[in-house]
Amino acid sequence: MNHWLTAPILIPLIGGILQAFMGYAPIALRRTLAIATTVLMLVAAIVLLVLADDGSYRLYAFGNWQPPFGIVLVLDRLAALMLVMTAVLALFCHIYAIGGTDESSRQFHGLFLFQLLGLNIAFLTGDLFNLFVAFEVLLIASYGLLMHGEGTSRTVPGLHYVVLNLAGSAVFLIAVGMIYSVTGTLNMADLAIKIPQVAEENLPLVKAGGMMLLVVFGLKAAILPLCFWLPGAYSNATAPVAALFAVMTKVGIYAIIRVFTLIFGNQAGELASLGMDWLFPLALITLTMGVIGALGAASLRKLVAWQVIISVGTLLAAISFGTVAGTSAALFYLLNTTWVVGGLFLVADLVDGQRGSAQDKIVTAPRIANRTFLSVLFLMGAVASVGLPPLSGFFAKLLILKSAVTESDVAWLWSVLLIGSFFTLIAYSRAGSIVFWRNVEGHIEEPQKLTPSLSISASALISLSIVIVILAGPISRYAEDTAAQLHDTSAYTDILSKPMVGEEK
Amino acid sequence: MELAFAVVIGALTASGVYLMLRARTFPVVVGLTMLSYGVNLFLFSSGRLATGGQPIIGSAETYSDPLPQALVLTAIVIGFAMTAFVVVLSLRSLADNDNDDHVNGRVPEQDSTPQDQEQEGANT
Repeated sequence: MNHWLTAPILIPLIGGILQAFMGYAPIALRRTLAIATTVLMLVAAIVLLVLADDGSYRLYAFGNWQPPFGIVLVLDRLAALMLVMTAVLALFCHIYAIGGTDESSRQFHGLFLFQLLGLNIAFLTGDLFNLFVAFEVLLIASYGLLMHGEGTSRTVPGLHYVVLNLAGSAVFLIAVGMIYSVTGTLNMADLAIKIPQVAEENLPLVKAGGMMLLVVFGLKAAILPLCFWLPGAYSNATAPVAALFAVMTKVGIYAIIRVFTLIFGNQAGELASLGMDWLFPLALITLTMGVIGALGAASLRKLVAWQVIISVGTLLAAISFGTVAGTSAALFYLLNTTWVVGGLFLVADLVDGQRGSAQDKIVTAPRIANRTFLSVLFLMGAVASVGLPPLSGFFAKLLILKSAVTESDVAWLWSVLLIGSFFTLIAYSRAGSIVFWRNVEGHIEEPQKLTPSLSISASALISLSIVIVILAGPISRYAEDTAAQLHDTSAYTDILSKPMVGEEK
Repeated sequence: MELAFAVVIGALTASGVYLMLRARTFPVVVGLTMLSYGVNLFLFSSGRLATGGQPIIGSAETYSDPLPQALVLTAIVIGFAMTAFVVVLSLRSLADNDNDDHVNGRVPEQDSTPQDQEQEGANT
């Protein structure tokens, strides 16, 4: 039992409840408290990362019930990595939001913190049904955040997003019911033990349940047939929300990694590597679709939204190999793409504010204000997401390319990823040169003022790609350890036999 | 009992899915509600159907699994909150789109005039 594990859940929960009651408090007070909550959460996440780096599993059993009977939180390297990634992204999004986005709704900070609460529960939980609850918590907060802002443009994409996710929740529940009806447990460690022992006649039921889980996680992660809601929803959300949503697709990817290496991993007997043969072609098609979308994007926000889909395809291609090298490459790329895409959403919003009525559309317009600063940020973001040296995207994509082993995998992955990156490069160069270089006569009336909180948070997120390059050694070491820990599932199932408080002697 | 239960779940789910594929928000919301009823019943049945069973071992001849009941309770609460939210959202969508409750905000017109198309281009 380690009580630190509850910190990333309790901190945003208490902070969010405070915010809910403080709707009419002075905005300076609300902002200070909200930022303090996010900073505290980041500190807690870093403490957990340091704790988790010794490679052992830490357990928090609610009500001191011995698993598999109670709900447990489990901390391992993967969970800690996701917590830190989310907390860093959230802090900068939050700082950006203080620049003015939070003024249009009294409950912005509360929703923001509840969203973080849901994300943190999803990363820490060791129980399949609790994962469903976490998804619902983060989704209902995200519905509110997505609607946040002035104007009516968000209603229709928001409606699509909500209906689609409600349908997804229904499928999740059906899958959970199917798996429970056969195995009689929903604790992930217990499932990992029970799934290989499932009787022959019950196998199809569990298999169907597992595949339905893959569909649900694929919906959250925006894999191809389920990805068309994303560009509309993300590009209409306000900038800090869209940037925070960069981590939302990664929750789906986290769930795929967790469930399909632990429960349906290599040791799952008849059901080993369930769905993974589907995942690889789907990932490559998703990647291609994202590139086509990016080429056709009419605005910077749409371009970045399609970049989210490109990165999902790239990540899942690496994960679908089911090897330590593939997973560790994916984790390295995950850090890079989440932060940089988040930063690019913020940059697109800054560009929007400097261009008057042209907004962030990729059209010729009068010369934008603060051109040097914004174009450098955009260039860095583009280089990092396309994967050109010297920024982190290059190393991440290199690791992914190297993780392909069999000949057909190499041929498919290398050709799709490299050609895709080339066309992404074209999309970014086209957007950048039209927006920043091709000017027409005229001047912008009243460009938005670049306050420190706006420019610092956007540039900080983008420059994290430089930090990743500098710290590439420790980060890739951590990613490799994480992948090794993930693929050695016997240690995870040991948490079932850990003594509870009061039994430790 | 199993057959009746299965038929009810099947009918609820099928009509829920059918309604969700409609083009107006009202049927979609009703469809989502029916789907969640079907799912809740399904989840309930994952603990096996039994009559007269109590969720405490030793208190009756047979016992029933209490966990699916707890899961269903959670799912009902969450589903109810989500339905409430989607009702409000579709009302907002109705108001925002000039009393048009099409899920895309407006009815796609087959033979729209060039002027309409221009307007549509400006909106997207």
